[in-house]
Amino acid sequence: MKRILLTVVLLLNAIVLAQPQTEFIPVTEVPKGDQLPAAPLVIAAYAFVWLAFMAYVWVLWRRLGKVEADISALSAQLGKKRP
Amino acid sequence: MRKAFPLLLGAAGLIFLTAPVVIARAPFESTMGLVQKIFYFHMPPAMLMLLSAFFCGVMSAIYLVKRRAQYDWIAHAAAELTVVFGAIAMVTGPLWARKAWGVWWVWDPRLTMSLLMWMIFVSYLLLRRYGGYGSETLAAGLAVFGMATSPFVYISVNIWRTIHPLTTVVPTLPVDFAVPLWYAFAGFLLLYISLLTLRVRLEEQRAAVDLLYLESEE
Repeated sequence: MKRILLTVVLLLNAIVLAQPQTEFIPVTEVPKGDQLPAAPLVIAAYAFVWLAFMAYVWVLWRRLGKVEADISALSAQLGKKRP
Repeated sequence: MRKAFPLLLGAAGLIFLTAPVVIARAPFESTMGLVQKIFYFHMPPAMLMLLSAFFCGVMSAIYLVKRRAQYDWIAHAAAELTVVFGAIAMVTGPLWARKAWGVWWVWDPRLTMSLLMWMIFVSYLLLRRYGGYGSETLAAGLAVFGMATSPFVYISVNIWRTIHPLTTVVPTLPVDFAVPLWYAFAGFLLLYISLLTLRVRLEEQRAAVDLLYLESEE
């Protein structure tokens, strides 16, 4: 019973104390242990943004190329100028 | 707008190429350190996801009233970009969270609502792809519903208890943080406008193909 009570008190305490961050404060140096593990995550995030956009532009370009080829083929079939 | 496309895309590319240098020169944040630098590639696409969802909803509402295909083309393009920018925000966010919060994902109000809104726009695209004749009207209704959720996604961090940074973070950013953020935002915004122009062009060309098919069948 004591353990349950203690757990409940600690959980409530944690909920009351947990506050969201309201501002960013700059510092000049970060402890070395903090810098290394974060680097792969930062690189992964930046790489994903680049890859996602490049993939999307490529897909868009292909779709546009296909539609324009359809227009050319249909225009030729109908014997009229491309719209 | 179509003539300005290469210029817009070039400017966006230039900003994207130089942004890492600008971001690298920004100071480290006191509690998160290096991983906070994901912020500069997380917040702009997240903000553009919300703006794009809103824009898509407005264009869809106008389409429902006026029934002009041009509004539907723009709405369709904006919905696709909402999904693309949303996907970027939802991948970069967990990469930041893993280090800052110790977990990839939490069912926090901001994260959960963002995911739900993103799924509404994925549904929009699926409806357009597989819905068949008349799906543009149903999809327009869905987009209006999606638009209605976007302000709630934004203010969710101020209403409910959350571990996600509040909306007060951006307006109170020190200049050293604000400059790289708005620089990156400019790059994302230019890219958004360029891609929207290209995507609307695709819809326009598809409509032209449909017309030509009809003519060839007659």
